[in-house]
Amino acid sequence: MAAVEDLPVAQGAPSWAERIPAGYWILGLILLVMPAIAGDFILFQIFGWTFILGIIALSLMFLAGYGGMVSLVQMTVAGVGGYMVAIFGVSAIETISLGWPWYISIPLALVIAVLFATLTGWLAVRTEGIYTIMITLAIAAAFFYFTRQNYVVFNGFSGFNGVLPPSLFGVDWRGPVAFYYLTLFWAVISFLAVLYISRAPFGLALQGVRDNPRRMAALGYNVTAHRVAAYSVAGLLAAVGGILLTWQSAQISPGTAGIGPVIDVLVIAVIGGLRHPIGPFIGAFIYVLLKTFAIDALVAVGLSGERFQLLIGVGFLIIVFWSPDGILGLWEKIRAARNRDPLLDRGGDGP
Amino acid sequence: MNAPTTITDRLDATGTANALELRGVSKFFGALAAMQDVNLTVRPGERRAVLGSNGAGKTTLFNCVTGDFPATQGTIRFFGEDITEFPPHERIRRGLRRTYQISLLFTGLSVLDNVYLASVGVSRSRFSFLRARRSDALMAAAENLVRVVHLDGVRDTVVAELAYGQQRQLEIAMALAGAPRFILFDEPAAGLSPTERSELIEILMGLPGHMGFIIIEHDMDVALRVAESVTMMHNGRIFKEGKPAEIEEDEEVQALYLGDGHA
Repeated sequence: MAAVEDLPVAQGAPSWAERIPAGYWILGLILLVMPAIAGDFILFQIFGWTFILGIIALSLMFLAGYGGMVSLVQMTVAGVGGYMVAIFGVSAIETISLGWPWYISIPLALVIAVLFATLTGWLAVRTEGIYTIMITLAIAAAFFYFTRQNYVVFNGFSGFNGVLPPSLFGVDWRGPVAFYYLTLFWAVISFLAVLYISRAPFGLALQGVRDNPRRMAALGYNVTAHRVAAYSVAGLLAAVGGILLTWQSAQISPGTAGIGPVIDVLVIAVIGGLRHPIGPFIGAFIYVLLKTFAIDALVAVGLSGERFQLLIGVGFLIIVFWSPDGILGLWEKIRAARNRDPLLDRGGDGP
Repeated sequence: MNAPTTITDRLDATGTANALELRGVSKFFGALAAMQDVNLTVRPGERRAVLGSNGAGKTTLFNCVTGDFPATQGTIRFFGEDITEFPPHERIRRGLRRTYQISLLFTGLSVLDNVYLASVGVSRSRFSFLRARRSDALMAAAENLVRVVHLDGVRDTVVAELAYGQQRQLEIAMALAGAPRFILFDEPAAGLSPTERSELIEILMGLPGHMGFIIIEHDMDVALRVAESVTMMHNGRIFKEGKPAEIEEDEEVQALYLGDGHA
């Protein structure tokens, strides 16, 4: 990769298209033509859900992978985004929902979710390791119980139903094909954004803060501010995922961001791998497949269907046991064991 | 676009204020006094060597000045400004720099990325979400610094793969990023080969005249060649100050260095 001499003009010479590994092209192509192959259930329930959970888990990967901060509040931030869209926009609970148009309710929801994430970050970054986990878990739990008990704003236990995406361009965005492309679009945007930021000054500095906060301070960085800002960025991602999640099920309730889902996001991110933004999507895909088909599989072999969580747990255990870096780590091990691909491989050690 | 050199860009702000002024600075770790009642004045552009045996409080002095460990007592002024209560990054942004005795580098990043991070840290691009192009002024400054410390050959090498001496040179490049007004070098020559030592001396002597520094160094040859004044520390206190020649001939100093350190 070392360009020996400076070629300031020809910098773009190995064009961006060539630098993208072939695997991504193939994957992209398959995803683009998926609606021609797959049925509505697969598109809406499997892929749509995968992309959404992938985005939310990506926000955790950003914090944990690049920032070294394990936050359990990402699903809660997603929940805030979903709730705000329901409250400011249109839902079946007309006594609470304000019914504002999407171009006000969606940006407002994103802003509030990001503020919430920033505030959480501001509280959490002063702690490390297990204490960060505890603080964020406490905030997640508080939000869950608060929404369940507050009827004035959050409509308590039942939450909001009838929360639908705006029918922009005359498209019903909850139609399986349209929703597939909608979620695919935002998943790709989020993925590329995280990949891009990881090599921009902000992302590089975040990784610096993760590896060596003292040194970063000695280089002029405000370590605390950088960590809080990372929570804001991750919050935006999570909020996008949260709004899509609310549209998918057309409802949001306390259970959406309950303790179970909060921990599932961590499981998804760890299963997939925290070292690269593709990891959360791999993790989400496995999680969704297990969650969707494990019941049938268990019943088929004569076991109770309710044990599907057990399968997820065992899968989690196996992956973490064999590869602390998740599926991605496993993949890298396999690739390193084989001959290194001279075209794509940079030594396999991403930052 | 201005030239990529950032070392020579800036002259010191005042002719009157001292670069560094410590008054009654002490640092306690619990009951242990790592540094006690240190008074130190360094003029702008002055090059000072700090000598002393292990545990004399030299690195503690640096840690108090940069704020890595805040001082327990006393005041520290940097070009006239009281920085005693400042967090480290605020001190760095005012033109203070340091290197570490044990290299604190980002081993997963390339040489250039390390220096680039240092350049970004003291710029307004800290929170930039846009990647730098090669033409970016900060990137150009970083490349220039890599050249200054003779690391252009390994510019894109991951730091973990560098030789020890090269890592020490990288430390120096990172301290030169931005517009330093005063630098603290913590044993930059430790563990270097004789050739690398003379290269280091050359780099230090080649720094622009307005850029003062304090250098902690066990190697008297290096210390006395690059410094115009010497401060001896012993048991957390300042023991003697003077010109290199005076210090070299001082009997007490000789006793300290040749004896067992309990003069």
